Amino acid sequence: MSVYQTHTTDVLVIGAGLAGERTAIEAAAYGLGVIILSLVPPRRSHSTAAQGGMQASLGNCAMGYGDNPDIHFEDTVKGSDWGCDQDVARLFANTAPIAVRQMAYWGVPWNRVVAGRKTLPDGREIEDLKEYEGLITARDFGGTAKWRTCYTSDGTGHTLQYTMDSIVIKMGITVHDRMEAIALIHDGENCYGAVARCLRTGQLHAYLARSTVIATGGYGRLYGVSTNAVINEGSGMFLALETGVVPLGNMEAVQFHPTGMVPVGILITEGARGDGGYLLDKNLHRFMPDYEPKKKELASRDVVSRRMIQHIRKGYGVESKWGPHLWLDIRHLGRKHIYTNLREIANICKNFAGIDPARDLIPVRPTQHYSMGGVRTNIDGHAYGLKGLFAVGEAACWDLHGFNRLGGNSLAETIVAGMVVGKKVAEYTLGAALDCPLKLVDEHVKRQENRINDLISGRMGNENVYELRKQMEDTLMEYVGIFRNGPDLQKAVDKLQELYRRSLKLGLRSSGKYANPELASALRLPGMIRLALCIAYGALNRTESRGSHAREDYPYRDDANWLKRTLAYWPPGAELPILKYEPVKITELPPGDRGYGESSAANAAKPETAHDKEGNNG
Amino acid sequence: MAERLLTFSIFRYNPNTPEIKPYMQEYRLGEMPGMTLFVALNKIREEQDPSLMFDFVCRAAICGSCAMLVNGKPRLACKTLTKDLPPRITLFPLPVFKLIGDLSVDTGTWFRHMSLKTEAWIHTTREFDPQAREERMDNETALKIYEAERCIECGCCIAGCATANIREDFIGAAGINRVARFMVDPRDERSPQEYFEVVGTEEGTFGCVGLMACEDNCPMGLPLQMQLAYVRRKMAAAGLAARPQTRAG
Ligand SMILES: Cc1cc2nc3c(=O)[nH]c(=O)nc-3n(C[C@H](O)[C@H](O)[C@H](O)COP(=O)(O)OP(=O)(O)OC[C@H]3O[C@@H](n4cnc5c(N)ncnc54)[C@H](O)[C@@H]3O)c2cc1C
Ligand code: SF4
Ligand code: SF4
Ligand code: FES
Repeated sequence: MSVYQTHTTDVLVIGAGLAGERTAIEAAAYGLGVIILSLVPPRRSHSTAAQGGMQASLGNCAMGYGDNPDIHFEDTVKGSDWGCDQDVARLFANTAPIAVRQMAYWGVPWNRVVAGRKTLPDGREIEDLKEYEGLITARDFGGTAKWRTCYTSDGTGHTLQYTMDSIVIKMGITVHDRMEAIALIHDGENCYGAVARCLRTGQLHAYLARSTVIATGGYGRLYGVSTNAVINEGSGMFLALETGVVPLGNMEAVQFHPTGMVPVGILITEGARGDGGYLLDKNLHRFMPDYEPKKKELASRDVVSRRMIQHIRKGYGVESKWGPHLWLDIRHLGRKHIYTNLREIANICKNFAGIDPARDLIPVRPTQHYSMGGVRTNIDGHAYGLKGLFAVGEAACWDLHGFNRLGGNSLAETIVAGMVVGKKVAEYTLGAALDCPLKLVDEHVKRQENRINDLISGRMGNENVYELRKQMEDTLMEYVGIFRNGPDLQKAVDKLQELYRRSLKLGLRSSGKYANPELASALRLPGMIRLALCIAYGALNRTESRGSHAREDYPYRDDANWLKRTLAYWPPGAELPILKYEPVKITELPPGDRGYGESSAANAAKPETAHDKEGNNG
Repeated sequence: MAERLLTFSIFRYNPNTPEIKPYMQEYRLGEMPGMTLFVALNKIREEQDPSLMFDFVCRAAICGSCAMLVNGKPRLACKTLTKDLPPRITLFPLPVFKLIGDLSVDTGTWFRHMSLKTEAWIHTTREFDPQAREERMDNETALKIYEAERCIECGCCIAGCATANIREDFIGAAGINRVARFMVDPRDERSPQEYFEVVGTEEGTFGCVGLMACEDNCPMGLPLQMQLAYVRRKMAAAGLAARPQTRAG
């Protein structure tokens, strides 16, 4: 008999970011009992770090007039490079305005329309009309036809998460923070909850629930340099994968953000470019218009990131001891604008690089930023493979973003999906019994206990968790980055497989007792390497370029063969995922040109686009 | 480049093993350019002592996880550059909050309790209508609310506050700032009297002795003295108005 504490509830939500909390609120509104688990207090979740904003087609600001869900839908599908499910994108675009307004009702201090004429940094004259004054305004973000990104100065994630959490507190929803889910309890058909480890005491707990929701965010920390919080290790994804029956969708779709600050990788929000910032090369030449004359710095993220790397490869990068980088210039926006609307950027520049962006250039380079892939679900958020298991937010592949997420669409997804999936969770839960065999619970806890004891006793081997982890990070950085090719991806797969085998032989150097941090890392590492393998192996097998997945050896989108989603399964005892594929759902918008000159089927015949040639002169 | 050798003297204690008394442990580390305490502590953990406990989440001064006493002062460790410190660096966990282990403290529970106590959510009688356009608000007001909402609940102000160190129930500058945030919000329908119930006590504004340590320590540069004065003024007025009726007995 193992000693562990048991908790029973209707709905178990793993993760207290925006997605988890919004789902919990929806389910609790149906009168269901809900427990939320989180590694950290909810307000420290990664969602808090989002600065830029949340997309919804309100059409209140001058540059947003005429916006509506149809245009938002179209931008999202193009942004995804036709990799998304269009029924999901439609539901999302239609619901986003309600989500933004509800957050206003709950207390988010969205920036509002101020009427009057103004001149944009590029000289354009616009006028915000009196009739829209006081309604929620929006800023420009990459890949959108209208200004659609609602924001609170540069603290959008902060205000959203604090407001959301205030509703969680008000409703009296139970939150167990510093409580890490380390395995799902399931029998191959139904999910019954999770085994968790308390990060205060090291004690094991069993959470039994009629439905379980994975809302654990992204896996940015698989990469050595990422804009993500250090807790974004993809744990919900590997818990699902570990079941052997739940697949992960499109893990090879990894987003790089154009402007991670060098060398720390802290994000400089897209708001900087949205508000008129430029990219410059070592000659202080603004090169983006050479490549993307129409959208310039505000083409979609995958495009801007690739253009930057291309430009660096042509020798225009600024040399530094951390490798070549480019500059972001926001000086022309003026001190007043920078220190009000972009104050967080100013703080980051000051604290982490000792520079003043009103006076100095900011060193930037594309940096790992977002995971489009995740636990594959249907449109209701129900995971494939296990009844009673749901996933939501960045941890999920719902699939709204396909192969490239547009800036501002992720905060919107967390809340919209929380509303939609929360309702479906409630409906499912109301009709489900909690008939989990206690023997099964015991078995699952026992298995985790054994893992922990093995690690503490050093019986499996003496591999060092931090060393293996570093090698995994470096492998992804080096071989599974912005530009990919067959030989490199094969190298990555080989190396990761070796690391995976070694990760099954970890030994601790500390006692591993109580809240021991080394033990926590050691419990995660094999799962993280499995995710890394899903990414690398999925990328190796996808012989085309789509969205963020850019193969140098297959530079064009191939709709004839690849208009489909990768599903990665991890059968028990495997050392590589099994890949299956399913078609992408196309309902309204047939595949076509993205309209920013790259990677689309329409360009397939041309070896180098005209923009590239222009770029050579620049 | 002449690189310094840093000596870290770090407080060690695990409440799960009370038989081992708190002690200070020393670690030595070569300084690197641009090194923050986030980088340094992780290096120490990965290369010297994997049992060392501390908290970081965003490592970008946004989430409020990493506050600790750095050479005696409450600071966010993630944005503290070692080059701004002498070669001998002493690290203690924040006081006031419950210790989890070594440098890690439970700010989450404290702040959640404060939110409950001050009922830090919008109080409104209006219903949400999903079909309707949002209510208007002027941008100045929106910006004012955001200014007060920028607190990241790091606990630096609480740790340095004389009152909070002796009064367990004192909501501190962060709590009073939180109340101010809802007071300036026109969506919140609470009357001054209702706020008085929440903060017009020794646990609230009247416990503050105005020594200003809070504002000096706030990494977000929040104008805490101004907020304290604002709330205290409102509460004094509300207290005077309320006293004859509610405090009759
Ligand atoms: C720097 C930065 C800026 C961004 N800016 C924007 C922006 O402006 N607009 C936009 O749309 N998007 C933005 N994004 C993306 C967006 O912020 C995230 O995709 C989104 O917040 C994810 O929310 P989430 O709720 O899915 O997960 P998270 O907010 O990451 O929350 C995950 C939760 O799961 C918990 N958890 C994880 N594992 C476990 C476990 N095993 N057991 C228990 N709990 C667990 C964590 O404690 C946490 O509470 C940005 C991302 C970054 C990195
Ligand atoms: S001014 Fe008041 S709240 Fe601030 S530190 Fe002093 S006693 Fe504490
Ligand atoms: S008021 Fe300032 S010091 Fe106090 S918790 Fe908030 S951010 Fe930290
Ligand atoms: S780690 Fe987030 S504030 Fe320091």
